[in-house]
Amino acid sequence: MVERDISWARDLPRLAVLTILGLLLLLPYIWMVSASLKPADEIFAATLNLLPRRLWVVENFGTVFERLPVLLYLWNGVVVCGGILVFQLLFAIPAGYALAKLEFRGRELLLGAVMLGLLVPPHVPALPLYAGLSALGMLDTYTALIAPSTISVFAIFLFRQFFKSLPDDLIHAARLDGMGEMAIVWRVVLPNAWPAATAFAIFSVVAHWNDLFWPLIVVNSPAHATPALGVLFFRTTEGDDDFGALMAAAVIMTTPLVLAFLLAQRRFVEGIATTGLKG
Amino acid sequence: MSDATFGLPVAPAKATPAARHARSEAITAWLLSLPAILSYLLLLLLPTLAAVALAFTDYELGADSVRWIGLENFAELWTDRGFRQSFVNTVFYVGVVTPGSILGALVIALLIEAGVRGRTLFRAVFFLPVVSLTVAMASAWQYLLHPTIGPLNGMLRQLGIAGPAWLSDSGMVMWSLAGIGIWENLGFNLVLFLAGLTAIPRELYAAAEVDGARSAWARFRLVTWPLLGPTTLFVLTITMIRSVRVFDTVKVLTQGGPNKASEVLLHSMYQEGFTFFRLGYSAAITLVFLAIVLALMWLQTRVLDKRVHYG
Repeated sequence: MVERDISWARDLPRLAVLTILGLLLLLPYIWMVSASLKPADEIFAATLNLLPRRLWVVENFGTVFERLPVLLYLWNGVVVCGGILVFQLLFAIPAGYALAKLEFRGRELLLGAVMLGLLVPPHVPALPLYAGLSALGMLDTYTALIAPSTISVFAIFLFRQFFKSLPDDLIHAARLDGMGEMAIVWRVVLPNAWPAATAFAIFSVVAHWNDLFWPLIVVNSPAHATPALGVLFFRTTEGDDDFGALMAAAVIMTTPLVLAFLLAQRRFVEGIATTGLKG
Repeated sequence: MSDATFGLPVAPAKATPAARHARSEAITAWLLSLPAILSYLLLLLLPTLAAVALAFTDYELGADSVRWIGLENFAELWTDRGFRQSFVNTVFYVGVVTPGSILGALVIALLIEAGVRGRTLFRAVFFLPVVSLTVAMASAWQYLLHPTIGPLNGMLRQLGIAGPAWLSDSGMVMWSLAGIGIWENLGFNLVLFLAGLTAIPRELYAAAEVDGARSAWARFRLVTWPLLGPTTLFVLTITMIRSVRVFDTVKVLTQGGPNKASEVLLHSMYQEGFTFFRLGYSAAITLVFLAIVLALMWLQTRVLDKRVHYG
């Protein structure tokens, strides 16, 4: 913990322990990729070989693309996550600004409602939302996947905190320039909201890309299945007999977000650590 | 967290332009909040209240009539062995994942902070499970833990140990799920600990060393642990709130089996509500879940209050 110039030799034990722990943590990834490259007889062989003797990439991944509308699932994931994010920002940014910077009667009431909303996990309203969507005949649609998540009290709270730290002078100056309140929101507040918006966007996309609970409830056909649901569908249709292809499917569905994470690691860690506190 | 400046004096009403401005500001505020308010009412408040109300009815999807049955659902929960099992399992899961992922994250955070090399790399490696598709990784775990062809039991065999049926042995399955839970939560807690460690002033370590804290353990006990206290308490409650929501791995790997040995609250709620369509009964389980989450959040605000006093 004391900052010194530690030589490589003295640092080596620490790095060795971390490497071993890291490899242990990566074990599921390593074997997932390994199995996705192997033919079935090698997977089911009793011997323990990490590397495949015969490369079976084309067959395994071919099976997945043949039996599973992979691109459709990925596209659905993009539509759902994108749709949710756009509405969340559209609803939360103006509300967050009003709660942070505008004086009006009922502000405390709204703020109390936001705090109350923060206490409720998304699983609680799920049953009535399902019954409602079912009554409207809207199950198995993009709307059913997107609508319930469009309101994020957490986003409102986050943006309110963020906007509170914006200098009042910025807004006063805009008012003196004769800008209307709406124009101020779009031309002064919004451009300043980017840091909070990217952090929230990463949190939101990771949460909804990985979510299984809600898609499982409202979707039952491949047409609107998200990647998480896609993997589940593949499991139920293929069962346990084709591990190679199942692992290939897992690799395909995991890659996009992991890739994005590796490319923008710092932003991800900061975004999730600062906003993911909601849990 | 909120340092609200409520009760700011509003512009005096007698000055007409100011009053007009105050009114237009209020109208703008309500207009700006309107989309959020409407979706809040329609998609959050109303369904939540409806869920609470449902818990006191015998509502089943597609049934003709709904009857108000008071506490009958809760009475049934009390005698339902499956639900009891599910409750106990959830407590067990939280009880294992919380200390496991906190201790693991703390050790790794200390190891990473002890030097400058490989900091970004190792942080990325341990954080990877947080951004990975849970369903896909659960499938990877299923292969890894497979009793006959799984690499884990393969490795154990080479050591001469007969590995258990990790996911289909009723005595083992919750341990396996909790192990996966630790694996999932480790990276998140690690990042919080790393932030906490960075905030500790370096001079304190030097001062402790001057004062005779020669060993690394002594410095940890005298400086790191007390100063990390608030972070640790925070991580503790956050991990509990996160792990009480376990669902994905159970749904993918065991479906609550074998014979309800791995049933957890949200999975029971899902089964009753969306497989058997007993919405009233399922809502009662939801309320139990909500009560636990609220209790943990109450604990968290208590902890956060303390955190403020530490400064």
